[in-house]
Amino acid sequence: MRPARILLWAFGLLALLFLVAPVLAVLPLSFSAGAFLSYPLPGLSLRWYADFWTSNFWLPALWNSLRIGAGAALLAGTFGTLAAFGLWRARFPGRTLVLAVAMAPMVVPAIVVAVALLLAFGPLGLSNSFTGLVLAHATLGMPFVVVTVLAALEQFDPVQLRAAAACGASPVRAFRRVCLPQILPGVAAGALFAFATSLDEVTITLFLAGPAQRTLPRQMFSGLNDQLSLTIMAAAMVMVLLSVLLLLAVTLLRRRGNTSSR
Amino acid sequence: MAEPLVRFEGVRKAYGPAASGYAVRQLDLAVERGELLTLLGPSGSGKTTTLMMLAGFELPSEGRILLEGRDIARLPPHKRGIGVVFQSYALFPHMSVAENVGFPLEVRGVPKAERAGRVAKALAMVRLEGFDERRPAQLSGGQQQRIALARAMVFEPPIVLLDEPLGALDKALREEMQYEIRALHQRLGLTMMYVTHDQAEALTLSDRIAVFEGGLIRQLAPPREIYERPANAFVAGFVGENNRLPGKVLAAEDDLVRVALDCGPEVSARPVDCGPPGSRCCVTIRPERIAVAPVAPEDLGEGALAARLQEAIFQGDHVRLRLSLGQGEEARGEVLVKRPVGGGQLPGIGGPAALAWEAAHALAFAV
Ligand SMILES: Nc1ncnc2c1ncn2[C@@H]1O[C@H](COP(=O)(O)OP(=O)(O)OP(=O)(O)O)[C@@H](O)[C@H]1O
Ligand SMILES: [Mg+2]
Repeated sequence: MRPARILLWAFGLLALLFLVAPVLAVLPLSFSAGAFLSYPLPGLSLRWYADFWTSNFWLPALWNSLRIGAGAALLAGTFGTLAAFGLWRARFPGRTLVLAVAMAPMVVPAIVVAVALLLAFGPLGLSNSFTGLVLAHATLGMPFVVVTVLAALEQFDPVQLRAAAACGASPVRAFRRVCLPQILPGVAAGALFAFATSLDEVTITLFLAGPAQRTLPRQMFSGLNDQLSLTIMAAAMVMVLLSVLLLLAVTLLRRRGNTSSR
Repeated sequence: MAEPLVRFEGVRKAYGPAASGYAVRQLDLAVERGELLTLLGPSGSGKTTTLMMLAGFELPSEGRILLEGRDIARLPPHKRGIGVVFQSYALFPHMSVAENVGFPLEVRGVPKAERAGRVAKALAMVRLEGFDERRPAQLSGGQQQRIALARAMVFEPPIVLLDEPLGALDKALREEMQYEIRALHQRLGLTMMYVTHDQAEALTLSDRIAVFEGGLIRQLAPPREIYERPANAFVAGFVGENNRLPGKVLAAEDDLVRVALDCGPEVSARPVDCGPPGSRCCVTIRPERIAVAPVAPEDLGEGALAARLQEAIFQGDHVRLRLSLGQGEEARGEVLVKRPVGGGQLPGIGGPAALAWEAAHALAFAV
């Protein structure tokens, strides 16, 4: 019994280490006083962060990432929630098919989506545009919203919608005032996942983004190719921080969702 | 006569294709203003379906439903202005009690100040003043039920529908709530349509009871009439306890019929829907209408039934007697008798007894 337990713990810790070790190994480099991507660090400094915050290579990219992420999260949150509600509410023929289509971006390789979108957006004038990129990222984020909202709806008693109607509320009002507040943690968690997805998406961005839509990962990608400045490590650190914040937010929402439904 | 508040006209409802059967087979029913009408019946008899068609959550397959003379069959639920109390209460957990009760007013655009006053009045009506800020999860089952009731009444709907509203409560609380609903109904003159499968509840609450079976109304009458003059064997058996004695019609005499019971004797009974002489029938007699005396077989009077006492159970206000018919070795069915405590001498357990009743209390039905 006990040795098995120790083994289990050891295995779990190893797996964890495997996952975070690369991040942990690379991140201290962002505080290096030197200019090279190597250990030992010649000294500690914030010069690469200062560089990041004053650079017009990185800052616009960060700003783009945040704007595109927010736009994508908003769109994915809205449409994902509506899709999940519809799928939950109605038992119509072809329901499974609709669900599969909504979930497809999760499993279809990003490169395939990218090529498809490039072909589709060209004639519509959406390639090389902010709108196009937001739409593309929203598509990628929507499955997360559908999943989290469907999970939240599992806890929701549909009789409440009838009760709302009996109180005189139209279906739209019943949804907004009765259903939405109760599934909001699920909606928010899904939107955060969508935001995170957009934040580290690079394939589609490479295909679709014009010079005005360079995102942070896209800049890191090109930064790696041309001039290998350690600012890229500062940029990486910023992304890690953002991800950790998002993860915390999702965890908090999970907590709230669980306590409010119990 | 004034137009009834609600009228079902030739309403039928099939959930699937009509060939698979009707949940409501044929419904013609008028609900009068200010009455409390109960739909009573066994599980699956179409009570909820009837209620949900009036509320607008189910569409009738055929027929018309009129509310205050207007056909509402195609009106969506939220435009009908009917109050509904659901069995699971269906309170909104994210809203306070005051917000729950105020929701129908909010939806109708009643200004905040007026809303507060009407919510307070509704809460006072269900005796829950001062609970405004609580969440539904912080209330007991009975309190939640009252909030649901307040929410269904606060906008002064012409009729309030209640689908087994007390089903989830324990017996004592259920009885208390029955009296409360009855008092509310009488004080406010509210029209209510109430679904239950508990016949005691129906008898306690109702102005009229509609007894459902298999998607049909088998009788529609005030509680007393349902109990004392059931229209058919189903109602006689379903509402209240009853003894059923099978037999054969012999002859009609005045307003009674003579029936030869399968267990031996001939008795007189009031015919309700039984056939001509020679046809099978059953005689029903309420347990509290039967007199029991310790009588030996040889002293048995005219029309009395010979029986043997099997069991006597003390129930506080009355004694329940279980007797087997016939005094010989052969058992020919069982009879249940209720009699007040101290109502004369009882036969000993296993001892012979005679059963007798007034002919007018025995009813004969076709089987
Ligand atoms: N949504 C539905 N889809 C298909 N059939 C249904 C549906 N609701 C009810 N039925 C069927 O219709 C019939 C009547 O059901 P209904 O719910 O009206 O009965 P009830 O009298 O309310 O019974 P209970 O006392 O069990 O609530 C039943 O045979 C039931 O199986
Ligand atoms: Mg029912």
